[in-house]
Amino acid sequence: MRITRIAAMAAVATLSLGLAACGKEGTPTPETPGQSGAPAAASDACTSSGATLTPATGVDIAGSPTFAKIKSAGKVVVGVKFDQPNLGYKDASGKRCGFDIEIAQLIASKLGIDPAKIEYKEVASANRETSIKGGEVDYYVGTYSITDKRKADVSFAGPYFIAAQDLLVRKDDTSITGSESLKGKKVCSATGSTPIQRVRDQKLTEDSNIVEFKTYSECVSQLIDKKVDAVTTDDAILKGYAAQNPSMLKVVGKPFTDPATGKAYPEKYGIGLSHDDKALRDFVNASLEAAEKDGTWQKIYDGTLGKSGSSATIPPLEKY
Amino acid sequence: MNEFLHVLTDNWTTIWQHFWVTIQLFLIAGVASLVLGTLLTAMRVSPVPALRGFGTTYVLLLRNCPLTLVFALLVFAVPKLDVNIDYFPSACIALTAYTSAFVCEALRAGINTVPVGQAEAARALGMTFGQVLSLIVLPQAFRTVVPPMVSVLNAMLKNTTVAAGFSVAEAGAIQAYLSERGENQIYTILWIMIGFLILVLPLIVMQRRLENRWGVAR
Repeated sequence: MRITRIAAMAAVATLSLGLAACGKEGTPTPETPGQSGAPAAASDACTSSGATLTPATGVDIAGSPTFAKIKSAGKVVVGVKFDQPNLGYKDASGKRCGFDIEIAQLIASKLGIDPAKIEYKEVASANRETSIKGGEVDYYVGTYSITDKRKADVSFAGPYFIAAQDLLVRKDDTSITGSESLKGKKVCSATGSTPIQRVRDQKLTEDSNIVEFKTYSECVSQLIDKKVDAVTTDDAILKGYAAQNPSMLKVVGKPFTDPATGKAYPEKYGIGLSHDDKALRDFVNASLEAAEKDGTWQKIYDGTLGKSGSSATIPPLEKY
Repeated sequence: MNEFLHVLTDNWTTIWQHFWVTIQLFLIAGVASLVLGTLLTAMRVSPVPALRGFGTTYVLLLRNCPLTLVFALLVFAVPKLDVNIDYFPSACIALTAYTSAFVCEALRAGINTVPVGQAEAARALGMTFGQVLSLIVLPQAFRTVVPPMVSVLNAMLKNTTVAAGFSVAEAGAIQAYLSERGENQIYTILWIMIGFLILVLPLIVMQRRLENRWGVAR
């Protein structure tokens, strides 16, 4: 922190001298959480939930082109996120962990692939459909909400988790108590994401107070630096950040509701699959069902998202 | 074809609002970088060594620094010093700081085309450095650099899309919005391309007009 600050000062002093703007060490890497302002939390290092995932043997899925590809390659390519603590995260040593990551490992093991042989591909939210359709990833696990529009391009197994929209604020902030207290506050989320479109459409805060960055970690960095007052998105993501930096951040814990119906907006996280691969979809649904019944799901949850203190119920699968 | 048109009509407000911010960024940063670039050029040809050194160093650093870093410095590093610049002004400053280095270089090339005898003659008439530059040299320099200057402005128009990564809701962010709404990505990107073509047209027309009016016969 101190070094970052001094380096930042040096960089700015350089700029003011007209020797200008090449940030060098002074510019924090935007995608790396915990580096730009937050004291590096001990929880940054990845630990697994400890659920045992043994690769299945003799698996065959008739009529699944994706599975045929996986089998001949002997490995599986999974699209994931890397900057969501406790969900889809890559720590400084390159180790990956989190709820989504372990769900991805669970599916791989059911497909007969050793989780160690997973090739992870970091795919940004906006590119998910493209990468699934183009076959760059075999499946995608990363806070991927099931929607009818997306179902035109890809298909979904699951849901394996249901999240709701919430707010992350600074720990000492008592003025924000829910979505109705955002007027005059700067609210940050990922560019173009559904949560921020909702804030804009429902006029929860003024348009000039809406802040958008490519990643949530950039929003969290701005929250710690007091450039924004709240970060909004799915509570699962926010609790991950709060757990990573509990001395500075907290989740408000009041889900946004639809003004028309008074109900929360459920974000059903599904596993993104190729649109026409029904055989694989059925197999992944069956795998999830088995893991939910034998306690593996609960064990994965408790060892990842559950560490932030939030409990969760297993959602019913929506097979189609 | 129908779906292609619907991507535009269904999201017209979003697309128009974002392009309007792009236009604002372009106009503000365009004017500001022409002014700052001209000042830098004046420094680089001035008789004061300190000013010349400043101009040279500025151009050396800014012209060779990725624009994204200039943005990141303003948006992520400066707040660490408790200096709070809002996102839109930050974007204007970053684009201006970066583009003015290119404006300066284009204009300096123009100055080199003005025969040195002109400046000497002006000095012999008793003109000061400021008068020589503003009355004799720069007007001729501007005429010769219309095509490269329009290229610099054109590049800046496209560079505005970097601001989308730093919380300015301009045309570069449209794709993220429409993708979240599940729109076809090919159509979305085609419409953004068409939007930029429409924005570039006035620049091309301006270049033609200026070249015709200002063409130097030598």
